[in-house]
Amino acid sequence: MSEHIVYPRVYIGIFFILLVGTLLTVLAAFRDFPGPLNAVVALTIATIKATFVVLYFMHVRYSGRLVWLVIASALFWLGIMFALTISDYSSRGWLPI
Amino acid sequence: MPDAIATTHHATAHPALQHHFENMEQQREAGTLGMWVFLVTEIMFFGGMFLAYTLYRYKYPGAFAAASNHLDIRLGAVNTVVLIVSSFTMAMAVFSTQVGKRRNSIIFLILTLVLGLTFLGIKAVEYKAKYDDNLIPGHLIPSHPFNPTVAQHGDTDPHKLHLPEGVSVRNVEMFYWIYFAMTGMHALHMIIGAGILITILILAWRGRFSPEYHSPVEITGLYWHFVDIVWIFLFPLLYLLGRHLEGHM
Repeated sequence: MSEHIVYPRVYIGIFFILLVGTLLTVLAAFRDFPGPLNAVVALTIATIKATFVVLYFMHVRYSGRLVWLVIASALFWLGIMFALTISDYSSRGWLPI
Repeated sequence: MPDAIATTHHATAHPALQHHFENMEQQREAGTLGMWVFLVTEIMFFGGMFLAYTLYRYKYPGAFAAASNHLDIRLGAVNTVVLIVSSFTMAMAVFSTQVGKRRNSIIFLILTLVLGLTFLGIKAVEYKAKYDDNLIPGHLIPSHPFNPTVAQHGDTDPHKLHLPEGVSVRNVEMFYWIYFAMTGMHALHMIIGAGILITILILAWRGRFSPEYHSPVEITGLYWHFVDIVWIFLFPLLYLLGRHLEGHM
């Protein structure tokens, strides 16, 4: 078996990174950053947390190229969905609700 | 004689090896890849709702901030920690199975299940509070339509909606549509995850997993961590988006 086993010390490290990230995102939410920076900070912290979960808890760091390709294609298509839809909505009028 | 060939081929193979795979490693890698392909569809599924959230938040920033501030940040934060701990115990369950420690594996699976149910319990408490404040959108509950009380200036009753100037209750309702759609779908995934965990737990109890064969535990882990990641994004986007404006509203 060439399977890579991730040891508990790595999991414990990631676990604490996730807890610190949660604390930071709560603390940052109560500070008033200029412009849209609050959303940028919140999403940056969330993306970093998610990346650690994917790479270590989900073993992607030790997975084959095919798994990387599948994830990259998912993000690519997600990007297409967001980019095209937002460009459409931001260039048209809205009906009031 | 294809049967005879198949028998020879599998004479020394692991009993869990399916006939269409060469060996256990190929079978495990195919299973992992298949699960990732499924998770791609899940990313696109939740992605559609995140997109709807983005559009409406951009369109109605004041209403979204006010509606978000009405959510219980303490319960939301506690649930975030509960899910992170459950992801850790799930990862430990996978590790324990990989190294053949059946007893630890069962303990960590039970812990993960209990934490998942704790999350759902806290979510139910939050939903009940929204029901009491008449914040269930539209006529989802026919006898209990969306009808929150809007606080007058100076009124600090936390059960009332505190709206800034020029914000429509209709747009607050849109936030709650998105809130219930996203957290409801997430909770449904947690319920399904709890069902999968119980199944895996029974199989682990019967000693079906070993260092050679543990794909089901690994794949359950992938699903569980994915659901955790969805919440990692939902928590700041739903609970924290307007906190920095609380003093100004």
